[in-house]
Amino acid sequence: MLKYTLTKVTQSLLLALGVLILAFFMVRMTGDPATLMMSRNATPEAVEAFREAMGFNRPVIVQFWDWITKAFTGDFGNSLHFREPALKLVLQRLPATLQLASVGLLMAVVVGVPLGLVAGFKSGSWFDYLSRLLALGGQSIPNFWLGLILLLVFAQRLGWFPVFGNDEPNSVVLPAFVLSLPVMGELLRLTRSAALEVRGEDFVRTAVSKGLKRYTIYTKHVLRNVAISLISVIGVEFGYMMGGSIYIETVYAWPGMGQMVGMALGWRDFPLVQTLVVFTSIVVLSLNLLTDLVYALIDPRIRHGR
Amino acid sequence: MPPILEVKNLVTKFHAIDGIVNAVNGVTFTLEEGETLAIVGESGSGKSVSMMSILGLLPSPPAKIEGGEAIFHSEKGAVDLLKLPYDEISNVRGGRIGFIFQDPGTSLNPILTVGEQITESLTRHLGLDSQQARRRAIDLLADVGIPDPELRFSAYPFQLSGGMRQRVMIAIAVACSPSIVIADEPTTALDVTIQAQIVSLFKELRKRMGVSTIWITHDLGLVAGLADRVLVMYAGRIMESALVDDLYENPQHPYTVGLLGALPRLDTDETRRLVSIDGTPPDSTIPIQHCPFAWRCPHAFERCWREIPDLMDVEKNHQAACFAVSGKGG
Amino acid sequence: MADNPTLHGADSRLEEKVTFKEQAAFVGRLLWRDRTGIIGILIFISIVFAAVFADGLTAYEPLDQDLSASKLPPAWEEGGAPEHPLGTDNLGRDMLSRLIYGARVSLGVSFFGALIAAAIGVFLGATAAYVGGRLDDLIMAPVNLVLSLPYLLFVVFVASVLGKSLLNVILIFGITNSPIFARVTRGEVLRIRESAYVESAMSAGARWWRVLLIHIMPNLVGPLVTLISFQISAMIFYEAGLGFIGLSVPPTIPSWGNMLAEGRKYIASYPWLTTWPGLAIVYTSLGMNLLGDWLRDISDPRVRRARR
Repeated sequence: MLKYTLTKVTQSLLLALGVLILAFFMVRMTGDPATLMMSRNATPEAVEAFREAMGFNRPVIVQFWDWITKAFTGDFGNSLHFREPALKLVLQRLPATLQLASVGLLMAVVVGVPLGLVAGFKSGSWFDYLSRLLALGGQSIPNFWLGLILLLVFAQRLGWFPVFGNDEPNSVVLPAFVLSLPVMGELLRLTRSAALEVRGEDFVRTAVSKGLKRYTIYTKHVLRNVAISLISVIGVEFGYMMGGSIYIETVYAWPGMGQMVGMALGWRDFPLVQTLVVFTSIVVLSLNLLTDLVYALIDPRIRHGR
Repeated sequence: MPPILEVKNLVTKFHAIDGIVNAVNGVTFTLEEGETLAIVGESGSGKSVSMMSILGLLPSPPAKIEGGEAIFHSEKGAVDLLKLPYDEISNVRGGRIGFIFQDPGTSLNPILTVGEQITESLTRHLGLDSQQARRRAIDLLADVGIPDPELRFSAYPFQLSGGMRQRVMIAIAVACSPSIVIADEPTTALDVTIQAQIVSLFKELRKRMGVSTIWITHDLGLVAGLADRVLVMYAGRIMESALVDDLYENPQHPYTVGLLGALPRLDTDETRRLVSIDGTPPDSTIPIQHCPFAWRCPHAFERCWREIPDLMDVEKNHQAACFAVSGKGG
Repeated sequence: MADNPTLHGADSRLEEKVTFKEQAAFVGRLLWRDRTGIIGILIFISIVFAAVFADGLTAYEPLDQDLSASKLPPAWEEGGAPEHPLGTDNLGRDMLSRLIYGARVSLGVSFFGALIAAAIGVFLGATAAYVGGRLDDLIMAPVNLVLSLPYLLFVVFVASVLGKSLLNVILIFGITNSPIFARVTRGEVLRIRESAYVESAMSAGARWWRVLLIHIMPNLVGPLVTLISFQISAMIFYEAGLGFIGLSVPPTIPSWGNMLAEGRKYIASYPWLTTWPGLAIVYTSLGMNLLGDWLRDISDPRVRRARR
């Protein structure tokens, strides 16, 4: 178990380093980061001044070292638009996105998992087909478009929800729902196939041969094994929702990290974009690590070090 | 005294996407109290399927029991297992009839401790509380020859070897002192050396508990030291039924003769070629109206191709499903 | 030995050879059994048809503006005109024509993007699996890195750095989606390489490229085609999403994403500007997902091997 933990932590740290490296090179993909970040109308002198101020005229190795070492202290430079430390701005936005992702995950699990279980146990029934159809639908609808439609219908026309922002308690409902839909579909499908698979396992047959009650077989033998396979997925999906909320936050004017990405791109505030990307990636990586560790704790095969 | 189990005309089919598999085609036999009955046959002969049908352990969409009865005689009277609803048959499973599966590696729940998998049967059928169940489970583990049973109680299946896992399966099957134990090739997945241990463990338990046993195997050599009576199955039917000594000394059905001829023997000192039976078993998705062994049988004659032979008396307590040997022609 | 001529059961399974006609009939039966697969294929064909024959199908050029006829509702609503069956957008461009031309972009981007991703990914994955060792680690390290990151963020980031162009979008999708192909390919190749029949082929002295071609490649086709189908569906989303925030192809090229972005401003009063492209995306995506599901079902070896 200890070995497993150490391995996973090391892997995550290496991945985080990889993220930093990627982010560094992505702003330099077109060659000169200065021209990238300045508007098209900027004079060559202004660009040159900018380049000097940002240190883009130094050798790449030096810039890289500077970037990495500063990143470890949490210094990602200043946002061009706000002229304040980028990380601080990003952290201010974290709670809103966290709230959105959490509610979304809750919705996805509460709806997707039970439906998937029933579909798996009654495979071939009309319920099964219906829920698979719904899952498919949830994954075939672009979330930003659905977000717009729902906003139009439920917020604007019917007035059930606020049209933008996160001021009211029920303003989280629509965006979280839209965000959760593809995850709901995925969880439904995965739960269903896990339930089907476990149902067919030999040890379930043994449980039946022992004359156990149906309830016991379902909860103790089937569900527990299904839950184990679901844990890792749920963790990953949470990470997906943290990192994939750009469109929804934009449509619903939700003041989270996703909305800031959209705005920062519009301002061509690349230091801020960079920070957002790096930070979100690290959050996702940490979530994955956490999921792996939780999984190791509940699966006795890993816990007892095999 | 009535036999403890009477199976009559059991028919089980699998409705698969590409056709209907006729796995069990009319199996009839009895199990006397206290006896050990061996069911021998090659893969696909229907031996496992027929036993699982009796307890309803087959996955029910593809599998369907289409006929027959399985009368279980207990102190409470006689009951047809095939007609029982879930609640009632779940009382019989584990409580009155225990089942040992072939592959202990996959037949145990990997995330539950071995002890838990025994105690859940005890609490279900004997109503023991957790303390009593735990103690009884540890005793059972000791009975099946597992060293350090208190420690092993909290072990997970993956922490045990194949042989030990199978001992656990046996412990689970006999935990509630059932009247019948059905063992489905319990040693096939194990090393030969472990096989011998398991067989002797089994014999010991059988003597101690006086339980009636059905032992399914494809290994004729195993049967000799273990069973009282033998059924030979082929293509979903019983071909021969005899006391074990009779079967070995005086096999009647051509299939049995062929099987025994294929066995290497230590007691003949000539170098003799192992005789194998030509051909392969028939396609079980195609229903036939003649003897299923006819294609491969050196004694087949025209009646064999017209009718399906039933089990017929050849001698006292010895039956064969064959027209050629039962003196009915040929 | 009995000499009955109808050796029906005994050895027939070994001697039957499956003719092409039988295989085609088998696939047909599968299609029928899983009718959703037919729907998927039909949708796919219809979109390809629309994309290829766009010129012939549309009455208007997608870029023709007619400000006098701007913001017309669909023909069945009040104020609509029959010559613009789905209405017009804010610049008077015919919605139906733009929709059909948009299919070109969506399909083109996703199709070529998926092909590039497959080409790169299969090559990397197969090499990593076949050669193994250090090279495997070297290749899979960046692959696993990309796969564990929030995809959307990086794509958006890269797209904004590189700027709007059709080629950029295709390349971005192609490169950033290659890791999933690499991982799947590597998994499959490893699995097959370990399998007994490859071992026996190699011990019988078959050369490595023969083993690759005859034994390994055919087994890859199933999972790969399935993955491509799902990737096409995903890329249509990504393209639309990028267009939605103005990072896809330039506004001079009609794409469903661009249409959504433009229509967004008018959603309250002229909702059909966003409804049509959205529905088009749902339609196509649904089709590709259904197709992918069906492909996955038939490439499952258990289903394939059942020959009756």
